[in-house]
Amino acid sequence: MKKTTPKQDLLRGVWRENPVLVQALGLCPTLAVTNTVANSLAMGLATFFVLMGSSFLVSSFRRWVPREVRISTYILIIATFVTVADMTLAAVVPDIHKALGAFIALIVVNCIILGRQEAFASRNPVGRSLLDAAGTGAGFVISLLLMGGIREVLGQGTFLGVPLLGPHYEPWVIMILPPGGFLTLGVILLAISAIERRRASRAERAAAGTMRRAA
Amino acid sequence: MGELAWIFLSAAVINNFTLALFLGLCPFMGVSGKLDTSLRMGAANTFVLTITSLCVWALNTYVLPHAPYLQLISFIVVIASLVQIVEMAIRKLSPTLFREMGIFLPLITTNCAILGLAIFQTNRGYGFLEGIVFALGAGVGLTLALVLMASIREMSELADVPEAARGLGLVLIIAGSLSMAFMGFAGLLSAS
Repeated sequence: MKKTTPKQDLLRGVWRENPVLVQALGLCPTLAVTNTVANSLAMGLATFFVLMGSSFLVSSFRRWVPREVRISTYILIIATFVTVADMTLAAVVPDIHKALGAFIALIVVNCIILGRQEAFASRNPVGRSLLDAAGTGAGFVISLLLMGGIREVLGQGTFLGVPLLGPHYEPWVIMILPPGGFLTLGVILLAISAIERRRASRAERAAAGTMRRAA
Repeated sequence: MGELAWIFLSAAVINNFTLALFLGLCPFMGVSGKLDTSLRMGAANTFVLTITSLCVWALNTYVLPHAPYLQLISFIVVIASLVQIVEMAIRKLSPTLFREMGIFLPLITTNCAILGLAIFQTNRGYGFLEGIVFALGAGVGLTLALVLMASIREMSELADVPEAARGLGLVLIIAGSLSMAFMGFAGLLSAS
């Protein structure tokens, strides 16, 4: 693996390798619980916590975990932290806990978390693993908030429950129903791919220009 | 009997695991490129769902009343070992089938539909028979969504789509339209 600086460890997950928008991992929670901003935030923070906790433990114990049972070990560690997050949310914000339902427990099978343990935390020292987890977690929170923001504003005309678009706004109810999740993420991904393509073609043209000048 | 039929129908179409509850999206996006692979994936999932339902019922009845905080951990351990056992059994009994399934078999462990089923079954307090019917319905629903998606994607391969729209964005928008169509099944609720 290439050596990276701590700053790269942290920032990589936020945009360039954003777990949801670029790598298309963890789609189930991204689509299922983003019908309001509050739900997205709770889900994002719970996942962030689990990711940080398990990266810390996995990275600390990386020398003692035999290769053959590593995946089961990671899953057990993750499940422990998810249980903690589940109980905490139930105690602190019971309403949101109810709205998120089974999806808090389903953080266990979120491929983003297992993916970071296998690809990063199991091979790197604790400090860098924590930075990596923070970056990836932040990327996940940002994607969820983006989804939640678009869906709540269009679907209910509110943001975090505060009316935003005035009383004459006719809400697009479809946006807070399941199809709205698929459509919103689809449109976001299309926009990103269009931006990336434009950037790539501009870089190509710039490169061609330099070559012409050099010739 | 009517109750069981209702559980089956509800899991298969009205609350379709993939299109209404967003469970099992990874195989839905990943292996829905070809029709025959998606059928096989659906069958494998249905099989694992049914056995999981049996195990979860046993856990709920005999183990978890004594240690409720172990719920999540015991479910995931049972599912992981179950998939491993199924994998070994299929390899011994039918090597051809094993080769055809390939990487999809072990990946079933991290399919959220399986753990989702375990949790829903527990939360709704389904018994032995209800659990199995629920699992079968969920499996049929997953297979249906996968097969529909694969058929549409096979055709969209030949269509002239703008280059930026190729890939996941297009798949998600197709899924959105499918999901909208499935919402129509919610009308069955009042008809019964």
